[in-house]
Amino acid sequence: MDYVIEMLNITKEFPGIKANDDITLQLRKSEIHALLGENGAGKSTLMSVLFGLYQPDGGVIKMGGKEVQIRNPNDATALNIGMVHQHFKLVEIFTVLENIILGMEPTKLGFLSTKEARAKVCALSEKYGLMIDPDARIEDITVGMQQRVEILKMLYRDNDILIFDEPTAVLTPQEIRELMAIMKSFTAEGKSILFITHKLQEIMEVADRCTVLRKGKLVGTVDVKDTTKEELSRMMVGRPVSFTVEKKDVSPGDVVLEVEGLTVPSKQHRNNAVKNVSFKVRAGEIVCLAGIDGNGQTEFSQALTGLEKPSAGKIRLRGCDITNATVRNRSKIGMSHIPEDRHKHGLVLDFTLAENLVLQRYWQPEFENLGFIRKDAVRAYADKLIGQYDIRSGQGGATVVRAMSGGNQQKAIVAREIDKDPELLVAIQPTRGLDVGAIEYIHKQLVHQRDTGKAVLLVSLELDEVMNMADRILVMYEGEIVGQFDPKKTTVEELGLYMAGARRMPAGEGAQE
Amino acid sequence: MSRFREKILGAGPLSIVSSLISIVIGLLFGCALLFILKPAAAPHGIVSMLTAGFSAPEKFAKVLYQAAPLIMTGLSVGFAFKTGLFNIGASGQYTVGACLALICGIVLKMPWWAGLIASMIGGAVWGAFPGVLKAYFNVNEVITSIMFNWIGLFAVNLVLSNIPSVLANYYGAANADRTAALAAANKSAIIPNLGLDKVLNSNYMNISVFLAAILAIVMYIILNKTVFGYELKACGHNRNASIYAGINARRNIVLSMIISGALSGIAGGLYYLAGTGQYTIDKNLLQMGFNGIPVALLATSNPVGTIFTGMFISYIQVGGDAMQPEFAVENITVIVSVIIYLSAFALLMRNVISRPLLRRSGLKTAEEHEDDGRPSGGGLLPKSDSEGEVTGQ
Repeated sequence: MDYVIEMLNITKEFPGIKANDDITLQLRKSEIHALLGENGAGKSTLMSVLFGLYQPDGGVIKMGGKEVQIRNPNDATALNIGMVHQHFKLVEIFTVLENIILGMEPTKLGFLSTKEARAKVCALSEKYGLMIDPDARIEDITVGMQQRVEILKMLYRDNDILIFDEPTAVLTPQEIRELMAIMKSFTAEGKSILFITHKLQEIMEVADRCTVLRKGKLVGTVDVKDTTKEELSRMMVGRPVSFTVEKKDVSPGDVVLEVEGLTVPSKQHRNNAVKNVSFKVRAGEIVCLAGIDGNGQTEFSQALTGLEKPSAGKIRLRGCDITNATVRNRSKIGMSHIPEDRHKHGLVLDFTLAENLVLQRYWQPEFENLGFIRKDAVRAYADKLIGQYDIRSGQGGATVVRAMSGGNQQKAIVAREIDKDPELLVAIQPTRGLDVGAIEYIHKQLVHQRDTGKAVLLVSLELDEVMNMADRILVMYEGEIVGQFDPKKTTVEELGLYMAGARRMPAGEGAQE
Repeated sequence: MSRFREKILGAGPLSIVSSLISIVIGLLFGCALLFILKPAAAPHGIVSMLTAGFSAPEKFAKVLYQAAPLIMTGLSVGFAFKTGLFNIGASGQYTVGACLALICGIVLKMPWWAGLIASMIGGAVWGAFPGVLKAYFNVNEVITSIMFNWIGLFAVNLVLSNIPSVLANYYGAANADRTAALAAANKSAIIPNLGLDKVLNSNYMNISVFLAAILAIVMYIILNKTVFGYELKACGHNRNASIYAGINARRNIVLSMIISGALSGIAGGLYYLAGTGQYTIDKNLLQMGFNGIPVALLATSNPVGTIFTGMFISYIQVGGDAMQPEFAVENITVIVSVIIYLSAFALLMRNVISRPLLRRSGLKTAEEHEDDGRPSGGGLLPKSDSEGEVTGQ
């Protein structure tokens, strides 16, 4: 079997930690090879070695059977290796075309000459169905489009080995499907793809083979067609992971949250982002708000949690009208909020873990004395939560949150919000970007809240999550609730039709209860 | 990881080491410049620059005298940095503070402490304008505070030149372009010296540097120990998260600009109520406010650190004065500025030192840590995790 690139027995050691320990990864021509592992398993280090950002302490890299030295990213580019980073490397105020040619700008007599480049970019985008406007500015286009620009950047440079670092984390289900098709068309062309991910479903769909890493060590490389999701997750986490969530039967109690005719203006366009939305959430049930990204869920969540002002409608929490209440008052009445963007809203990244764990209650008498923060109380409280919720970090409560892994950052938010002992827990995409171990953990915590009689409103883009977690599903489409379902009596396909706007329940039917 | 490295990597020691390295680099540059400008006089110039501050008690008194307002403007800029704002308007706040202090002292014959309170209020009001504009209209505070520097300067000049009883000629002196000497107008407005002038044999010496140091410690306590400081810092690091946590971000922006302005205002009061300087009606912005920026940068915005960095910069300025007459005043200004501004590269140095140390110890440095795609650096420059409009409340 011919390999286009081989990383043989790669070892990369930092004092105290072996980030890569004798890892071998062989990429065949025209295959999609998935690289699977939890956060911190060594995927990024391995790719940094391949891209020339690190020099390995041991092992060799071979290309077409011959040993090569990759000392820096330029060497990698010269070997036709291209990479789409998880966080795009684009100049926001440049146009699509300018970004694509950046670094190898075609010039005539020192002046920029983009005519041929434009033709090449247009030809490429046509050929692979990567529709873009070459003159649009990056800041004006969607995240999915930005990713296409990154892909076109690789194609423009005639790269043959394409590395995709968690490409689906930022995409909608439709965009994911499109991306998968595009990836397959690349392999049909003879290109080879390294696909870094921790979403098992995607590996099963698109990858030919899969290499699994755990704690810096190679667990194994398997043919995807001979394996199962369960097997892969066991390899990745080191123990069996359950995908179905255990739920006791609980009959819903009193109404905790009541939303009536809520309307929220949009920031992007003149229309309302949320139109006349009404529903109730009772104690002891998980209500899922499903829908494709960008259908008003973000605006709805912000209005509900007090970050934005609705233009009409009422929100009642435990009978209190909180439509215009401040964030602090909502919190006092009993709302907890796991925000959509943990870096933007959920955490102060430059604060320590302990300081972040009291972010919602530092002002309470427990932590405050005559205007001074009671540091001992904060520390003790943080230690308690860290133990109770198994939040892992380098130096415990004194760790700066920026240095923690995404999963543990999210655990910290979940711990903080749940420990407030809320009546209503609003969780917005709480598992986005996390690995299966952390997802399982957060799902358990949400179900536990429900079982202890709390109301949970879960906003999610992942249909699997919706089907597993919900007691009741509401589908949002273009700012309206277009259907209400019992997860036991519906299918993913049916939900998909409503999410795409192909069907809707008659007004009134889905809206109440 | 070795014990040593662990200690060095602690936030405090790392800042101090990097500040010291920056100072050394700044001084080397300054010395090189001396050799280029006037090789023959350079050795003597270097010696007088580096030793003048300690050469005689009265020189040391001058160092302390200039350090007080520098510490205050440094505190002002550093405090704003800590809360995510860049107060480049310290000069204007300083000027307005000085103006009110002088009016209270000379015209209203108030005692020195009332003058200081007035200067604090003046600076606070001048800081409030950019704060309100930032909080409620999302106008960049850098732009407004620069404009308020000029508005403040000319407003003060206008006011002072239209109050005859504040000017020097009202008290028998010849010049009408400056305020009266406090010794002639109102002795009680002069900041007391508690006999320190005798100890150091200089009428520059008074208690102002101690007042500044006490205020620095107070600011340290506010920022690090209080609920208010926690809110201000949360707001500075990540405005969105602070809104999410129910903190009134707008109120905090206005308050931190008011406090920052008040600190600059006190600087003006301390300088002009010392009794040795007279405010000159001139068309140039006062440099004291801008020199607060390197004081704050060199101290990585740590309030206690500004006590030392303020003294250092004052020391270099006194040393520069001592280089005359071999070097022209303009040359000295250039050299001192080069030293000051290179010294302010503390943050840069911090990254330079920490990177190899961190790499060797296997920790991720800012750039390698891709989790959020943003280098962490120090908590020095205003750095919201997401800048943008202030919403909520």
